[in-house]
Amino acid sequence: MTSLLKPRDGKDVEAAAQWALAEGKTLEIVGHGSKRGIGRAAQWDLSLDLSDLSGVTLYEPDELILSAKAGTPIAEIEALLAASNQELAFEPIDYGPVFGAAPNLDGKSRGTIGGVLAANLSGPRRIKAGAARDHFLGFTAVSGRAETFKSGGRVVKNVTGYDLCKVLAGSYGTLAAMTDVTVKVLPRAETEETVLVVGLDDAAAGRAMSAAMGSSNDVSGAAHCPAPLAVSLQAEAGRAITALRLEGVAPSVVHRRRALETLLKPFGEIAVLEQAASREVWRVIRNVMPFTGGAGALWRISVAPTRGREVAAAIGEGAEYFYDWAGGLIWAALPATGDGGAARVRRAVAGNGHATLVRAPAAIRASVPVFEPQDAGLAALTKRVKESFDPKGVFGPGRMWAGV
Amino acid sequence: MSLRMPEPDAAVLARRAGIVRDLVAIVPGEGVISNEREMRPYESDGLTAYRQLPFVVVLPETTGQVSKVLRYCHDHGIKVVPRGAGTSLSGGALPLADGVLLGMGKFNRIREIDFGNRVAVVEPGVTNLAISQAVAHEGFYYAPDPSSQIACSIGGNVAENSGGVHCLKYGMTTNNVLGCEIVLITGEAIRIGGKHLDSDGYDLLGLITGSEGLLGVVTEVTVRLLKKPETARAVLVGFASSEDAGACVSKIIGAGIIPGGMEMMDRPAIHAVEEFVHAGYPLDVEALLIVELDGPAAEVDHLLERVEAIARECGSTECRVSTSEDERLLFWAGRKAAFPAVGRISPDYYCMDGTIPRAKLPLVLKRTRELSEHYGLRVANVFHAGDGNLHPLILYDANKPGELERTEAFGAEILKLCVEVGGVLTGEHGVGVEKRDLMPAMFSEIDLNQQQRVKCAFDAKGLLNPGKVFPQLQRCAELGRMHVHAGRVAFPDIPRF
Repeated sequence: MTSLLKPRDGKDVEAAAQWALAEGKTLEIVGHGSKRGIGRAAQWDLSLDLSDLSGVTLYEPDELILSAKAGTPIAEIEALLAASNQELAFEPIDYGPVFGAAPNLDGKSRGTIGGVLAANLSGPRRIKAGAARDHFLGFTAVSGRAETFKSGGRVVKNVTGYDLCKVLAGSYGTLAAMTDVTVKVLPRAETEETVLVVGLDDAAAGRAMSAAMGSSNDVSGAAHCPAPLAVSLQAEAGRAITALRLEGVAPSVVHRRRALETLLKPFGEIAVLEQAASREVWRVIRNVMPFTGGAGALWRISVAPTRGREVAAAIGEGAEYFYDWAGGLIWAALPATGDGGAARVRRAVAGNGHATLVRAPAAIRASVPVFEPQDAGLAALTKRVKESFDPKGVFGPGRMWAGV
Repeated sequence: MSLRMPEPDAAVLARRAGIVRDLVAIVPGEGVISNEREMRPYESDGLTAYRQLPFVVVLPETTGQVSKVLRYCHDHGIKVVPRGAGTSLSGGALPLADGVLLGMGKFNRIREIDFGNRVAVVEPGVTNLAISQAVAHEGFYYAPDPSSQIACSIGGNVAENSGGVHCLKYGMTTNNVLGCEIVLITGEAIRIGGKHLDSDGYDLLGLITGSEGLLGVVTEVTVRLLKKPETARAVLVGFASSEDAGACVSKIIGAGIIPGGMEMMDRPAIHAVEEFVHAGYPLDVEALLIVELDGPAAEVDHLLERVEAIARECGSTECRVSTSEDERLLFWAGRKAAFPAVGRISPDYYCMDGTIPRAKLPLVLKRTRELSEHYGLRVANVFHAGDGNLHPLILYDANKPGELERTEAFGAEILKLCVEVGGVLTGEHGVGVEKRDLMPAMFSEIDLNQQQRVKCAFDAKGLLNPGKVFPQLQRCAELGRMHVHAGRVAFPDIPRF
């Protein structure tokens, strides 16, 4: 029984969509499958595996752009960029460890560029450099009408027509199957250091991160790990750790590190991590490694930074959590029983942002909303947008919301 | 006006008195302007070549009023053209003879400044610059800085996804807004985003930003605030050819340096500006670069040395680093006055806005010169060199018969050339009416139909700002039609497992 279609090119993708439309079948769009566990547990007739659509088609470091087929491994792109001292500045998380994939000893990320964009991934540098959405310049895709269309371009500055890149970023393969994409790339920082403040409670950490972000020190990562989890960041840590990253040219990093040390001294004991140690700490934070491979329900919660602490506190007993994005991103693990903490999390967030149930057993993902529930107006508009790309629900119906 | 706009609805025109009366009931007092003399200031925006007296002007003050006006227009099949400060350079706010012009100027309050979360919540009529001014006392600012920032409104910035000279490093509007309240044509108000980052549903904020007033009317915006860099210094670099200048820009970026701003001017632009502003620009060069670096002094000094070394390698004929804040501002005063400076040497000028891959600059400048001779019209070039956004200014005299038409034909050729070399029609000014009919140079019919289907999800009757962006208006029912060949498509011949 065929359960997987592996198109070789855009024409094949179009043919697959045409057939699915005619037969009333549904398709799950998948690259390497590293984020397959995200979304509502729904059933689709076939998987549309885009991993053979692979290869960088254009890379112009001086123009700060890279084009690739959607199934190109992110590791291949990161390696190519690194050879020219460039990177994807939005620092996409590698969800592999969270979903229990074996550790990648070579440190390479899993997944494809299409998947990174479709999930609008980002990392700690989100607060300074933006998310995948902010670097997504153009695409060619096949819609649920089985039509190949494009949007955007291959230059970094463009306002010609609607910015459909933004809508496809974070649509989890429910609007169209991307076949080719163009992203903005940026120079990699020459060096980095991290200032640690040790032993702060959540409230003090929030104030410390706010002070750092409100300074002109151009902080590119601000995370706080309460004591129980801090050991994942630094093996010897027995106390909470608040980490602030500085990146740039060496004289600038040194200058800003000194300024930050002075600024944060009143908050508590300070330590400094130099380049190698700093990179390691931020790799752990970026890939949510405190919650690697665990069986618990994992929530990703985005709120106003100053609300982070109360939201985490409101989730209540039994939750383990740490903060990124200066307090505005909470990664919280709850027991994977009952509703996976859905009721508590939703109540805590209520109207202040959004929470996504990133990891949970299928039974929970089938019974509670995985994405933030929307009010009636937004839900209706969302459904109309879905239908404008995919009127018959060919691509991943029900993955994000029931009935959409 | 040679521009083809949607045919005015005779039934709406015939009911004008009644419609005005109904609108006055919704927005009482001075909220409705219906006499010709007072409507005159609204007949065009920054693209003054096109003018049209509005059907009626409505100036609401509350979201409730916006909602009621839109619902009324929706129920009665009346078109609506939203307008911010009216500084659009692409005719985005050009009125329609049978359309309500919805001016958002009275939404001029800053609702909240939240330094803890580094955001401001503002009404759409607040000017871009007013946001930065309101937070300056704490050392913060709002990053996107279009040249019109003293006048343009944040609501208009959202509609157009406005840029500015610093967007290479700090992004455009879309990268600096976190939330908005938008009223759909049905009158329904929807809140999207807030003080938090990103959306876990479809990124509708990203879609609305840059949608040129075709999807809804923005009634509140939440913007990100940034802390001002410790210091900034600029360097003026002159070159004997635009090729050398272009190579220098590439090398600076290739060296891993993203300057706060990197601008280029060609000889005609330099001369026009220098005569006007006396910024001390060298007059014996073919191309002039302004490179600005910002950050801590240690960083700025370090990078300036590297930029100077790269400039020398690229054969710069002149290199001057600003030694004081006054001098830095003077360097910029010239660039920022480029448009009015060109306005002094010609009765009229027409500003283009294509973006090109930077490597194609010499080719595009050469072709532009050839076209300039062919059309017998002078052109001056200013260029956001870092991100490839080119602003050729075509000099013309609207009073000379046929010259405007020739200018438009010239401009269209430049934009088509931009697309031909891998670029796009507009980098920051928007499509509006100006580039509407050129859209097929960049997009296929399928591409444009998909965009219009998205429009249908927001505005099924096509009443919001029709005649802008899309060269051909289509009914949503027509666009939604599908021909599904049930049971008649063979299983595709592609690898399966």
